[in-house]
Amino acid sequence: MIAFIVRRLLQSVVVMLVVGFVAFSLFAYVGDPITIMLGQDFTELDAARIRRDLGLDQPFFVQFAHFVVNAVQGHFGISYRLARPVDQLIAERLPATLELSFVAASLALALGLPMGVYTGLHRDSWLSRVMLTLSLVGVSLPTFLIGILLILFFSVILGWLPSFGRGTTVHLGWWTTGFLTTSGLKALILPSITLGLFQMTLIMRLVRAEMLEVLRTDYVKFARARGLPNRAVHFGHALKNTLVPVITITGLQLGALIAFAIITETVFQWPGMGLLFIQSVSFADVPVMAAYLCLVAFFFVVINLIVDLLYYAVDPRLRIDRAVSGGHTV
Amino acid sequence: MATTSRDLARPPTRNALRRALDSDIFYSFRRSPVVVAAAIVTLICFIGAVCAPWLAPHNPFDLKTLNLIDAFTPPAWMDEGTRKFLLGTDDQGRDVLSTIMYGARISLAVGFFSVLFAMTLGVSLGLISGYVGGALDAFIMRVADVQLSFPAILIALLIDGLARTTLPRDVHDRVIVYVLILAIGITGWVQYARTVRGSTLVEKNKEYVQAARVIGRHPVAIMARHVLPNVMGPVLVIATINLAIAILTEATLSFLGVGVPPTQPSLGTLIRVGNDFLFSGEWWITIFPGAALVVMVLAVNLLGDWLRDALNPKLR
Repeated sequence: MIAFIVRRLLQSVVVMLVVGFVAFSLFAYVGDPITIMLGQDFTELDAARIRRDLGLDQPFFVQFAHFVVNAVQGHFGISYRLARPVDQLIAERLPATLELSFVAASLALALGLPMGVYTGLHRDSWLSRVMLTLSLVGVSLPTFLIGILLILFFSVILGWLPSFGRGTTVHLGWWTTGFLTTSGLKALILPSITLGLFQMTLIMRLVRAEMLEVLRTDYVKFARARGLPNRAVHFGHALKNTLVPVITITGLQLGALIAFAIITETVFQWPGMGLLFIQSVSFADVPVMAAYLCLVAFFFVVINLIVDLLYYAVDPRLRIDRAVSGGHTV
Repeated sequence: MATTSRDLARPPTRNALRRALDSDIFYSFRRSPVVVAAAIVTLICFIGAVCAPWLAPHNPFDLKTLNLIDAFTPPAWMDEGTRKFLLGTDDQGRDVLSTIMYGARISLAVGFFSVLFAMTLGVSLGLISGYVGGALDAFIMRVADVQLSFPAILIALLIDGLARTTLPRDVHDRVIVYVLILAIGITGWVQYARTVRGSTLVEKNKEYVQAARVIGRHPVAIMARHVLPNVMGPVLVIATINLAIAILTEATLSFLGVGVPPTQPSLGTLIRVGNDFLFSGEWWITIFPGAALVVMVLAVNLLGDWLRDALNPKLR
């Protein structure tokens, strides 16, 4: 168990280093920062002095090491576009994205799981067919179009809900939250539906497929033969065993939510990290791009790690296997 | 040697059509009206897009035929609409139906070629990974693992951002379509590689591969001529479903403003441009391209779903 955790941690560090390297090489491609900083009029001497002061005359890998050391402490330099420290910018935007992703993920799980179980158990009922057809439409609707349609319907035609922004937010220390005001909660509704819908259909289809698979197995038949009530068979035997892949995919999707938030945030002008990122891509604002990339990678790595550890909690077979084979992963 | 085996394998040509019509796959195709409808819709979308220069009622990029007086004409069935512009016009007086047809052309082209690129890359790497094995296999699969843990859209955004920062603006606008194909293609190879690797591991221990090895055929020939045909089934399913995903990814990137520029709009670009007029009531500029995109993707998705079920013996 400990060997496994250590190995996974090492792997995560390697992934982070690779992402950091990619992010860092972005800087190398985007012209010369000195010319950007000095503007039109400068002498060669000025340029050389600043280059030395900033450490840009040092070898590539020394610079990369500096970058890593700074990045670990959360320092990513100063945004070219907004002329402010990147860590500040991100810290301002982080709560908006995390709150949105959290609500969207809860929505997707709370609706997707029961719908998946239902469609798995009642394979041929008309409600299942409706849900499956709708889910296929949901998969085919791109996120941004869902957002546009929701805006058209609920903001333009009905005028019930706001079409952009976070509404009024409340400061809790450095964290800003929209959970505590009515306008903040109202502003959350459309974006979180937009963001969560795709994940919901995904979870539903996954749970359904897993349920169908498990219901065919011998132990479920045996449980039925023993005369256990349907409820015990379905939820005690079947559902429990579908959870491993569901946890994996849901975990990975949680990371995907943060990335997909880019689209939702663009549609709703939601002041989160994704909007910041897409604006910096159009302006080639490399420090912000690099910081966002590293941060998202960090989220992913942490989520993956948690998912792997959750396996142990859910699936006792893994614990035994590992113990016997001395921590070897297959 | 090779010629004789090929002669034996070739089916009698006269019966090929008959056999195709009798096959299980065609039976399951004919039996489901939804799938037949999806196939017809897909075909119409393809023809409409590919033949846009001949079929479209107007050429939206011919500036001589554009007239700003025509701008914001609503669809033909509304009060101020004219039959000249069936689905209305946009802010520059371009016929929406024509821009959709031309836009679908770009969307489809990017989708198709990026899937082709991803398939070639993924299948080759999967074959090599499964057939050669060892350290190379471990390396390729590790890279696949890492890439799989990032969402495709982010990788595509990154590649596009990279191209944007490295290339001068005019060059960038000219090559953006190729950059998109590359970016979307790279995000898709993992699935093919994993699937092909899995089936290659099974196939390479079968007698026919061993026989080919014994008579001394080159490993590349074995991979391409013997193993490849036997692992292609699932690849086609993935390709169909990924075509839908690729079209959506392109649309998303264009919607975000980092894809195809408005001078050569794809469906995503059209939706983005039209989005600005949503609040002022000109809904048709954005809703019709959106509907076209959804119909196209839905039809391809339905075909993919059917193909997966039809080729999967477990579900019969």
